[in-house]
Amino acid sequence: MSADPSTANEIPQPTHFAFDAESEAAIEKIVKRYPPGKQASAVIPVLYVVQRQMQRQTGIAWVPRVAMDVVAARLNMAPIRVYEVATFYFMFNLKPIGKFHLQVCGTTPCWLRGSDEVFRACKDAAGVHGYGETSADGLFTLSEVECLGACVNAPVLAVDDDYYEDLDYESTVRLIEALKRGERPKPGSVIGRQASAPVGGPLVLTDVPGE
Amino acid sequence: MAKVTVDGIEVEVPNGVSVLQACEAAGKEIPRFCYHERLSVAGNCRMCLVEVEKAPKPIASCAYPVADGMKVFTDSEMVRKARRGVMEFLLINHPLDCPICDQGGECDLQDQAMAYGMDHSRYREAKRAVKDKYMGPLIKTIMTRCIQCTRCVRFAAEVAGVPELGATNRGENMEITTYVEKALTSELSGNLIDICPVGALTSRPYAFVSRPWELRKTDSIDVLDATGTNIRVDTRSGEVLRILPRTNDAVNEEWMADRGRFSFDGLKRRRLDRPWVRKDGRLQPASWAEAFGAIAARLKGLPGDRIGAVVGDLVDAEAIVALKDLMTALGSRNLECRTDGAAIDTSRPDFYRFNTTIAGIEEADALLIIGSNPRQEAPVLNARIRKRATAGNFPIGFVGPRGLDLTYAHDWLGEGGATLRALADGSHRFCEVLRAAKRPMLILGRGALARPDGAAVLAAAWQVAAQNGLLKPDWHGFNLLHLFGGQVGALELGFVPPAGGERLMTGLDALWLLGTDGFDAARIPDGTFVIYQGHHGETAAARADVILPGAAYTEKDATWVNTEGRVQRGRLAVYPPGEAREDWKILRAASEFLGKRLPYDDLEGVRARLAEVNPIFANPGHLERRGCTDTSGPAGGFAALSDAPFVLPITNYWQADVISRASETMAECARTYLAPQARIAAE
Repeated sequence: MSADPSTANEIPQPTHFAFDAESEAAIEKIVKRYPPGKQASAVIPVLYVVQRQMQRQTGIAWVPRVAMDVVAARLNMAPIRVYEVATFYFMFNLKPIGKFHLQVCGTTPCWLRGSDEVFRACKDAAGVHGYGETSADGLFTLSEVECLGACVNAPVLAVDDDYYEDLDYESTVRLIEALKRGERPKPGSVIGRQASAPVGGPLVLTDVPGE
Repeated sequence: MAKVTVDGIEVEVPNGVSVLQACEAAGKEIPRFCYHERLSVAGNCRMCLVEVEKAPKPIASCAYPVADGMKVFTDSEMVRKARRGVMEFLLINHPLDCPICDQGGECDLQDQAMAYGMDHSRYREAKRAVKDKYMGPLIKTIMTRCIQCTRCVRFAAEVAGVPELGATNRGENMEITTYVEKALTSELSGNLIDICPVGALTSRPYAFVSRPWELRKTDSIDVLDATGTNIRVDTRSGEVLRILPRTNDAVNEEWMADRGRFSFDGLKRRRLDRPWVRKDGRLQPASWAEAFGAIAARLKGLPGDRIGAVVGDLVDAEAIVALKDLMTALGSRNLECRTDGAAIDTSRPDFYRFNTTIAGIEEADALLIIGSNPRQEAPVLNARIRKRATAGNFPIGFVGPRGLDLTYAHDWLGEGGATLRALADGSHRFCEVLRAAKRPMLILGRGALARPDGAAVLAAAWQVAAQNGLLKPDWHGFNLLHLFGGQVGALELGFVPPAGGERLMTGLDALWLLGTDGFDAARIPDGTFVIYQGHHGETAAARADVILPGAAYTEKDATWVNTEGRVQRGRLAVYPPGEAREDWKILRAASEFLGKRLPYDDLEGVRARLAEVNPIFANPGHLERRGCTDTSGPAGGFAALSDAPFVLPITNYWQADVISRASETMAECARTYLAPQARIAAE
């Protein structure tokens, strides 16, 4: 086999992949968004469907090569076109990761608000040495990601698809400890503010006429 | 039309062409790496930057459409500076290994670096290195040299029709790869070597063999399929080192099939390089005089009708006409060139030619393929069909084995005779498609005629053409696709028995085999005196009583006729090995011994004789396109048509002819591509 670590050949790969009923339903919806004959446009959302199905079935969110071939066949495109897309976007994990994918936002607003602390907390609490690594117990994989679009509540850590916001070192450690215990804390701001409303409650429109 | 001024030169170009094309129309050369006129525009190398008046920054001319009144500057300070910058970036990760690179001397990057490169590098950081990829036995990859122009990706997807190459990852980590390790499954893969502007994709058999300036270049014609690809044979000290295509838009554009390109090492192996004569039951080395003497002794006194002659698939027109004249002088009319048994009707040339012409495929608007796999039988012609198919509105019906990958979508109609009968009597649904088209065409494979009811297949196919508007005064949609470069020449020269004559070569006392290699020697009865003349000895040579060593296609000035009926000339690139000689000269010498001296002593004489036999030989390179005014078909109806499925004539593309069967490179391809499971089991 290839000596090239950038291709998927080095990693033990499953030999078989088939969409389950839930994925089938999702794909049907996605493909309908595009005009007939342009179903190849659905490749990115369908790859996400694959990744979620893998998480449901094996507990690990990743896209095996055989699944990319299945996607190619389903969307009537050449397999290499799927490989190109899947390798271009880092959101697709082409090798198995930990059970929880810790994605630290390192873009300027989060960084200014202390993403370095979040990163340090992840390393300490999850037992990961650095970005791109998986903890020895196989629970956590740590990645640095670009802007998650939640700058108002910076710094942000995405665990799989859930955002945890307004973090600092201690709250990140608490979050990871909870994940270790098998709990799934409620996503959103950890300091209890409502969505992106001001910290400490409303500042304007406080006196509503007639009340 | 748009009026564009390029460096002060005013040119008028059609609307929608690119600035680069306008510059070329004005005679200005624009450097480029990713742009290729036969591929889609990528616009990613940025080398073709030009300045346009009122544009704030340089523009990539390959991807920018012209506008009326545009003023373009191709050599301003801004342009030079921009291109120098692009070049510096391209060279950041490009290794300085030109002295050991096979592209050296014919490398676009090397050439353009002479114009736009700096004499030193300002780059002090680490260069990236990329692992080499496996792409099969023909293509060697050194991927660190890749500048990611994506020409190869576009060629594979667009022209070859095998989307197996892609660019994975991104930015600094972008790589051109097949991702899954595999050999490219294309019969046109050698063209990747030509279109790669750097030394990332090079020829594996040619690796470290030679430098371009050491080579002698000879124009010739590829005869290993019937397309008639124009080629250039590169030689050094009497040895063919590589074969490249020449551009001919009417035939091969600028592509070439792998078998023609890579099987030349077969020209050096298993050659007949001296005459042999059978004495005491064993073939023994002999001199030319002894060989001719043995022939003269045996043929002396034989009546003409006891002598026969068969020509093979790779024989040039000069040799065929000489053999025909010799046989006529000896009083024999037992001539045959259809060694595969194909029931070809030679009574009219349009019964056996590719009448639509190769370039004409692009004008057609419906296609029916019968009993042929053009992808394997004529890969370059197939690329033309694919080009037409990708342009859209081109329904393609296919009669033959199910599930073939022709590199374009096709409508599988059926397996064989039964479907053809339905098409011929007009009851098949695809007849509607053909009738609705303005310029429909059909391609009948020569292999479909090589069966007992071959004549009925031909008659039925003609009937399909005649009944469905394929034959019009200004359009001829009936096409026979031949397999090898010598087949049509023999038909044009009428190397066939007289009408109604016996086609089997039995009942003869002497048989002259000229390059007949696909021929089953067991068909020759014991006691027949066999003369084999050719360049590679296979079974027919082993059966021979006298062997006369001839010249292969690169070793003679010769005339070839492609499947369209286009006469083209190849030139001698190297001399034949040992005592081997050009074939018409051998026949001329033999005629002297037989007391039937042929009336020509030089090449001009033979060629004058060719033109006398068939006027098309007077006009090499030229092809007159004809419509069809006489729709009456070949003799005999298609009542005898059996329901049997069509069997494709070429099962092993890489070893389909005598030269490629002697080639190590082609043997390696066959091992790679055919039955890989069986190969692994054997190892």
